[in-house]
Amino acid sequence: MRRWIAFWSILLKDMRSYYLKPPNVSWGIIFPLAWTGMFFIRSGSGLESVLALLPGVMTISILFGTTSMLAVTITFEKRSRSFERLLLAPISLEILMLAKTSGAILFGVVNAFVPIMIAAFLADLSGIAWSMVIPTIVLIGIASTFVGLFIAVSVSEVFEAQTFSNFFRFPMIFLCGLFFPIMSLPVFIRPLSYIFPVTYGVDILHGAVNGEHIMPFTLDFLILGAFCIILFVLSLRNIKRRWIV
Amino acid sequence: MKPNSYQAISVTGLIKRYDEVVAVNDISFQIGSGELFGFLGPNGAGKTTTINLLTGLARLDAGTINIDGIDCTSNPKAAQHLVGIVPDESNLYPELTGFENLSFCAALYGIRKRERQTRARELLDTFGLADAANRKFSGYSKGMKRKLTFAAGIIHQPPILFLDEPTTGIDVASARQVRQIIAELHRKGTTVFLTTHYIEEAERLCERIAFIVQGKIVQTDRTENLLQPVKGKNVLILSVSNSGTTLPEAMASAFHQYQFQSVTQGQIRVESTEPVSVGPLVRFLEERGIQVTEARRHLPSLEDVFVQVTGIEAGLMLKEKEKAGGGGNQ
Repeated sequence: MRRWIAFWSILLKDMRSYYLKPPNVSWGIIFPLAWTGMFFIRSGSGLESVLALLPGVMTISILFGTTSMLAVTITFEKRSRSFERLLLAPISLEILMLAKTSGAILFGVVNAFVPIMIAAFLADLSGIAWSMVIPTIVLIGIASTFVGLFIAVSVSEVFEAQTFSNFFRFPMIFLCGLFFPIMSLPVFIRPLSYIFPVTYGVDILHGAVNGEHIMPFTLDFLILGAFCIILFVLSLRNIKRRWIV
Repeated sequence: MKPNSYQAISVTGLIKRYDEVVAVNDISFQIGSGELFGFLGPNGAGKTTTINLLTGLARLDAGTINIDGIDCTSNPKAAQHLVGIVPDESNLYPELTGFENLSFCAALYGIRKRERQTRARELLDTFGLADAANRKFSGYSKGMKRKLTFAAGIIHQPPILFLDEPTTGIDVASARQVRQIIAELHRKGTTVFLTTHYIEEAERLCERIAFIVQGKIVQTDRTENLLQPVKGKNVLILSVSNSGTTLPEAMASAFHQYQFQSVTQGQIRVESTEPVSVGPLVRFLEERGIQVTEARRHLPSLEDVFVQVTGIEAGLMLKEKEKAGGGGNQ
């Protein structure tokens, strides 16, 4: 019980201090709006392309939302030494980091629903398999957050975290099948797509929204889940190795 | 409260290296339950590193740590619920108010909402911060920040408290208040591990003191035992226009009953077990064309013992105090 009081308090503090701040709320809305508009105009097609774009826009909203916030909530607090308070609390590092990342996961999930709400006004969403979409959004949120966490605990400065994040985020836009099918990429680049967790999430979303997917859903879910665990474990290892010296 | 035989903290053969630098070099000590133990040394002596090792913020290279009977050597988290820490720098959340900061810190220890709010209000009162309870921490003065950081360290009423330079850099009144709170916590039975480079502070507060220099403990004893060698000694500090390097020797040959030592440029320390007569000394110096600008009686203190034991000049410690700023040792 005691550890959950701590967990909840850390999550609540982060929500109030970071995620629910007006600039972040507005960014969480404007960012998916801008991406949706940009790809919609770029595709040059009619409203029927909304569903084709939706998985990519949802994913990109989660990816940018989560990774940008982690750089602040973790790296900044480490820099200002307030993170030491958390390290000194009588809760395990696992619970502590789950509390620190839960806010980002929720933020990412909420961001994903912005393009869904926009799409609801433009297209018929009745054919979407929501039972697949919702757990996938959550899993992409977790995986992206843990990518952000891994980056945040590997650097010392907020600007380093932001710069380092872009090395992962921008290749993911082009390599993970968000807007261009992986099969349309040059053969020698294609293997790269499969080193990013987002690829598997997008594959499920494409399947659930448009009925087109490359791999079986079970395999996608398993690999995405494995990425989440591996990234979390690696981040904890990095914290122990770099921050408790 | 007298310390009892039960060991609240037991450390053996603690070693910590940072690359080539040995920050903590094979130190061992025991602190009894309810004891106020001082860790005294200059900046960079290894005081903060020792606290970091004991609280799990740093990994030890060798040695064992036992806190309240719990072996924390391989699992520093095991005793974290028993300890409170006041770090050397204020590290609360700038975006939260004083009240929110304390409530949040209490929540980290699993304290329920109503209780943590009550405790936060009580501590804000105790530290004279009630009027600033709803102000953001970022808007606090340095002294207020330090006091709130102290309050955050004891919000969960820990039986063992680590204080890292708690009065450094704060004003005289705040430092005095902090020292009173430390004494009160000790009176109520809290085991306190206090690091400081304010010798007077350690002398005033601590029951037992360890001198640490360059990562090594050079002496540990009860405060009254440490003071024994300087007890009953009479010390006079003479400020002179030109002391020269040979002046102490010249004076020693004329006044066999006294011991002379050049403290700083222009200051000579005269020490004796008998009362020191100022007149003959002044006449001796004036006859040699040396003007005495001040003759001040000095009450021998722990500082003298520290200088004797560690070989570190009192002047160096003084410079550190000045560098730290504020009135911590007033």
